[in-house]
Amino acid sequence: MKFIDEYRNVELGKKLIARIHQRSTQPARLMEFCGGHTTAILRHGIRQLIPQNIDMLSGPGCPVCVTANADLDKAIASAHLPNTIITTFGDMMKVPGSHSSLQQAKAEGADIHVVYSTQDALQIAQDNPQSSVIFIGIGFETTAPTIAASILEAEQKGIKNFYIFSFLKLCPPVIKAILNLGEVRLNGIIGPGHVSTIIGSHPYEFIPKEYGIGCVISGFEPLDILLCIDKLVEQIEGDQPQVEIAYRRSVKPGGNRRALDLMNEVFEIGEANWRGMGTIPASGLKLKRKYQRFNAEQIFSIDPGPPREPKGCICGEILRGIKMPTECKLFRRICTPEHPVGPCMVSSEGACAAYYQYGVN
Amino acid sequence: MCLAIPVQVVSIKDSEAEAEIGSVKRRINICLTPEVKVGDYVLLHTGYAINVIDEAEARETLRLLEEIASLSEIH
Repeated sequence: MKFIDEYRNVELGKKLIARIHQRSTQPARLMEFCGGHTTAILRHGIRQLIPQNIDMLSGPGCPVCVTANADLDKAIASAHLPNTIITTFGDMMKVPGSHSSLQQAKAEGADIHVVYSTQDALQIAQDNPQSSVIFIGIGFETTAPTIAASILEAEQKGIKNFYIFSFLKLCPPVIKAILNLGEVRLNGIIGPGHVSTIIGSHPYEFIPKEYGIGCVISGFEPLDILLCIDKLVEQIEGDQPQVEIAYRRSVKPGGNRRALDLMNEVFEIGEANWRGMGTIPASGLKLKRKYQRFNAEQIFSIDPGPPREPKGCICGEILRGIKMPTECKLFRRICTPEHPVGPCMVSSEGACAAYYQYGVN
Repeated sequence: MCLAIPVQVVSIKDSEAEAEIGSVKRRINICLTPEVKVGDYVLLHTGYAINVIDEAEARETLRLLEEIASLSEIH
């Protein structure tokens, strides 16, 4: 397919890898913040192809994985409300909450539909005017404008039975939180490609300014990722950290203005609860006061009780980059994609699932 | 989750378009990309086009990759 195949050219890839080997002399630790990058890096064997002095860590960039149990429990509890239809992206179904999962709730009789788009959720709301239809809003800045668009469409069409949970999260604040934690010393950041398609490259300027390391925004094909690593190596070797875009066909410095406008019309910045990191101020998106009638948390009385973390699961540490999936005692033995203990094994973009699937030891 | 794939827009009606993905056609929402024209490629994320792919920049990146490849041969 166009814009995919040409970025998988093996010959160009080999030469790019050779050049990275030629230029990289210093130990360098890079973190990819996007779960899509984690999967692509493991799938294409990039960790094994680059020089051994370059270490690659996965960060908190899988929305399913970073959704805290407290929020997950609210979504699962809402599935048992009378006359309610839950709509959700498929990845959320198997994620174990404190006591149950959406899949289990469905088995117990809850009406839960997996949707591909908020458009599908809106259609379900229109087709079932007697039911309350709740969409579980997870995602980063890539997804937030699409959820904002669905709220505006519901308002415009007078759809009165459509609600959302907003567990939406923002990337730059969590990058900052990881850097502030200082648990891992990073030399460069692989910036998220599709989040940046929406927000542009300017919101990352604090990274070289305040932390003295570079951030290169990458696409998702192997040549995109190698080009990004090459640019980071160049920055590290030349000691010139900066924000660069290595995914120019999709990312503009100013992002997508229209998408940002819709997002800012519907949402305001608020605190968010992150698995493994707790509450981070100004790192989430909440519905603005004028759109509170769509807010499932406001409208429905939901009390799932205090959250509980699965025993032995180290998803939180994996999301902070301080442990690898293979360091978890449950990995492969007890925790598998069929029987996941933690969310990083459930989501197709979770680090544990990627390590499991691509057999990295 | 932030997965998005390049698809080609084949027809447009108001805020909706029809896009071709391989040989499959599906309806997509283009309210986030009002500038899109028939024939453009867009990145499709959860049923919405989130940008119009810049073909000139795509060519430029490929040219840069070729240039890098030729440099690695010289050394």
